[in-house]
Amino acid sequence: MTSENTPVTGGARRGQPDPAAEAGEHRLAQQVERTGMFGTGTTGDTSGYGGLQVRRPDQSATPRPYGSYFDEIADRLTEGLERTGTAFPEAVSRVAVERGELTLHVPREHLVAVARLLRDDPSLAFEMCLGVSGVHYPWDAGRELHAVYPLLSITHNRRVRLEVTAPDSDPRVPSLVGVYPTCDWHERETWDFFGLVFDGHPALTRIEMPDDWKGHPQRKDYPLGGIPVEYRGATVPPPEDRRAYS
Amino acid sequence: MTAETEGRVYNVGGQDWDEIVAAATETTEERLVVNMGPQHPSTHGVLRLILTLDGETVTELRPVIGYLHTGIEKNMEFRTWTQGVTFCTRMDYLAPLFNETAYCLAVERLLGIEQEIPPRATVLRVLMMELNRISSHMMAIGTFGMELGATTVFLYGLREREKVLDLFELISGLRMNHAYIRPGGVSQDLPNGALERLREFLRVMPPLIGELRALLDANPIYVARTKNVAYLDLAGCMALGVTGPVLRATGLPWDLRKSQPYCGYETYEFDVPTQTSCDAYGRYLIRMDEMEESLKIISQCVDRLAAKRPKDDPVMIHDAKIGWPARLAVGPDGLGNSPAHIAHIMGQSMEALIHHFKLVTEGFRVPPGQVYMPVESPRGELGCHAVSDGGTRPYRVHFRDPSFTNLQAVAAMSEGGMVADVIAAVASLDPVMGGVDR
Amino acid sequence: MGLEEKLPSGILLTTVEKLAGYARKVSVWPATFGLACCAMELMATGGPRHDLARFGMERASNTPRQADLMVVAGRVSQKMAPVLRQIYDQMADPKWVISMGVCASSGGMFNNYAIVQGVDHIVPVDIYLPGCPPRPEMLLDAIVKLHDKIQNMKLGANRVAEIEELEQARLRRLPLAQGTGSHPGAGGGQMAGLGAPAPTLLGRAAAERDRAAAEPHVQVAGIGLSGVGSGMHGTDSGPPQVDATEPGEQL
Repeated sequence: MTSENTPVTGGARRGQPDPAAEAGEHRLAQQVERTGMFGTGTTGDTSGYGGLQVRRPDQSATPRPYGSYFDEIADRLTEGLERTGTAFPEAVSRVAVERGELTLHVPREHLVAVARLLRDDPSLAFEMCLGVSGVHYPWDAGRELHAVYPLLSITHNRRVRLEVTAPDSDPRVPSLVGVYPTCDWHERETWDFFGLVFDGHPALTRIEMPDDWKGHPQRKDYPLGGIPVEYRGATVPPPEDRRAYS
Repeated sequence: MTAETEGRVYNVGGQDWDEIVAAATETTEERLVVNMGPQHPSTHGVLRLILTLDGETVTELRPVIGYLHTGIEKNMEFRTWTQGVTFCTRMDYLAPLFNETAYCLAVERLLGIEQEIPPRATVLRVLMMELNRISSHMMAIGTFGMELGATTVFLYGLREREKVLDLFELISGLRMNHAYIRPGGVSQDLPNGALERLREFLRVMPPLIGELRALLDANPIYVARTKNVAYLDLAGCMALGVTGPVLRATGLPWDLRKSQPYCGYETYEFDVPTQTSCDAYGRYLIRMDEMEESLKIISQCVDRLAAKRPKDDPVMIHDAKIGWPARLAVGPDGLGNSPAHIAHIMGQSMEALIHHFKLVTEGFRVPPGQVYMPVESPRGELGCHAVSDGGTRPYRVHFRDPSFTNLQAVAAMSEGGMVADVIAAVASLDPVMGGVDR
Repeated sequence: MGLEEKLPSGILLTTVEKLAGYARKVSVWPATFGLACCAMELMATGGPRHDLARFGMERASNTPRQADLMVVAGRVSQKMAPVLRQIYDQMADPKWVISMGVCASSGGMFNNYAIVQGVDHIVPVDIYLPGCPPRPEMLLDAIVKLHDKIQNMKLGANRVAEIEELEQARLRRLPLAQGTGSHPGAGGGQMAGLGAPAPTLLGRAAAERDRAAAEPHVQVAGIGLSGVGSGMHGTDSGPPQVDATEPGEQL
């Protein structure tokens, strides 16, 4: 016959403290720090059910072999760089292969040399540069401004991407106009929108914004500049003030 | 500018005609700086050309752009990935579906769902893109003619374009700036009767293109104004990064649909027209040929769409966490969620309701990384460089617009030529200022 | 300006008004300010299917000096705004402005640093035409409404009186949202180009205020939405006069 006073836990002995119950008491007594989905932090908005969120793009390098024609590009580039007396790891700080695309991260000192090699070497033959795309990562201290150059080889039907970084304190990158003249307007646009100065550019002036505009609009610290919209008695806030879920 | 470096400068403001005439009679220099301001009859949009003329010859030409800068790329950073489609569609407004495709393919590559896009959606994308190519080229040739003074060509081009816009309206609901192609597929399936309308279009268009050809191909005035005008050879194109019909006019058969196919283009039979004359006339011929090739592709698309459909043949990806949830249908008040879908989410499936809610308000999350996705738009290579930080909004989207790059070449094409040829040069490049300025 | 300025209000002036209005409306020459996507629809309106020539408007005057109507078709960026104003200034009176599309009317979907949030910040607008882009039929509707306005435009002494009445009516208007001083729509106080007949406007506003107070039901004007994508009307300047009328809301 079971006594009503028998505790449920198996490890209990009469008169001795129950370890499980103690553990439970201990846990209940702890300070609760609510993170993630639960609790009302600021707005009561309980979104955030997205699961694992990675907020920073991957900074890892892909090990060899890279796959498809990427290895050949790396090999020919290594040879070409050695002919000019530069080591490959020095001229290309990181090689990333993601989603079937090759990205060469090049320190800005070596940008012009690498680009010239990619263009002139017959086995590489990246004749066409498809412009410059600037990206601003304000949280990546020392490497806030990125300039991305997609290159295209018509001869070999290949694509590669060069990525250069520059800190906000010294936002200068050498200009590729001498190697790929098409970068002229693209570099002007990147200067206009990000404040990234291209040394050696023949005429680095604003191209999209009015000539006397202050600020560089596509930087993350530049506001979107919207105004609240009034319609039939209600006011809709501008896009940058609306609720964001990410 | 000072008197020492630039010669005498005359500022023309108003009320000073006598002074100007007096000054002009005493100057010996013939050089004249003319501003073809942002508003001018050449209907290629708000492009400003500053010409330095020596008589009728252009000694220097500088294009000034930015009069249509809309901040689309920055705006997209404040919207979800799906809402971004409605923004990027308005960049190159003559080829909106190409903008959408470049962007959606980039998003799909970031998501890693390129292989899971339903085949019917892919065929619909190709169909709409080729229809858009025809409408864009029709507008290009029409405005080309109008700028050369041939207004009849303009009316012909617009008439043909209206036929394509009717088809767009039937299939996507809008004549222009449709947000039809979305990440994961397309927004809705072909409505009833679309295939018949497409077949009729395929029947009607070749004679109409023939009419335009008969009017222009051997027209002595047209040929005289476009042959050997705006010459840009292969080296120039490569250096200036020019792609599209301008590059193919130099003889190089470079077309991304053939070289780096996307959306299943490798399974379609079509040719890549080229010319070797490197001039405006060659580009015109290429555009006409490309329209005929597009008709071939459309006919193949129609055959595929008309074929017997398997049981489960959606136009949006199955993955409920990504695919746009609503099945749209045309109701009494226009296009909207189909009643069947509403019944499903309100009455049958809580999960579907949650998916619908989360996808519409928050959007799907895209794993971090960057891609560059190029497509062959009617003007050249349109690339979308998309950077994701793992959130529901793009971190950075940059479009490599073909018109932006091609417009750099206008100086190389026109300097040394006549003023009238500048118009022909700009028109043969076919720039769309929405894409140039974004 | 001419004869009409010197005529006293009366039958002679109204006859001259009718004649002048008719003459002006049948040959409006647009100075097409085609900027972006709306420019494509504007060109399509001039095309063979929707024909502007039947209104006498196919002669798009490339020089603003000879133009009557400026159709601002497309988004106006900050860089383009001074150019827009300069073109408008170069036009000779009488001139009218249609802001075509939502970007020209209010900034549209581009609520950001680069786009002027409505060309009425720069030029006075007669007809606002929503749409993104508006169909050619919608543009034709806006043009027909503008023709109405032009036909009924008052001259001389009548015009002075009308401007006075309109100003009084505007000053009495309440804002839509709490805390705002002005109402959205036409730039404050600009009367250029406003041609609605004054007594009717005042009377109508008063009548509808009473009616709205008495019957608080939603009155939806005929927005003909047959099928897909058709039928939004061009709206007159000022707050929307079609669509829902709710109690307490002023027209």
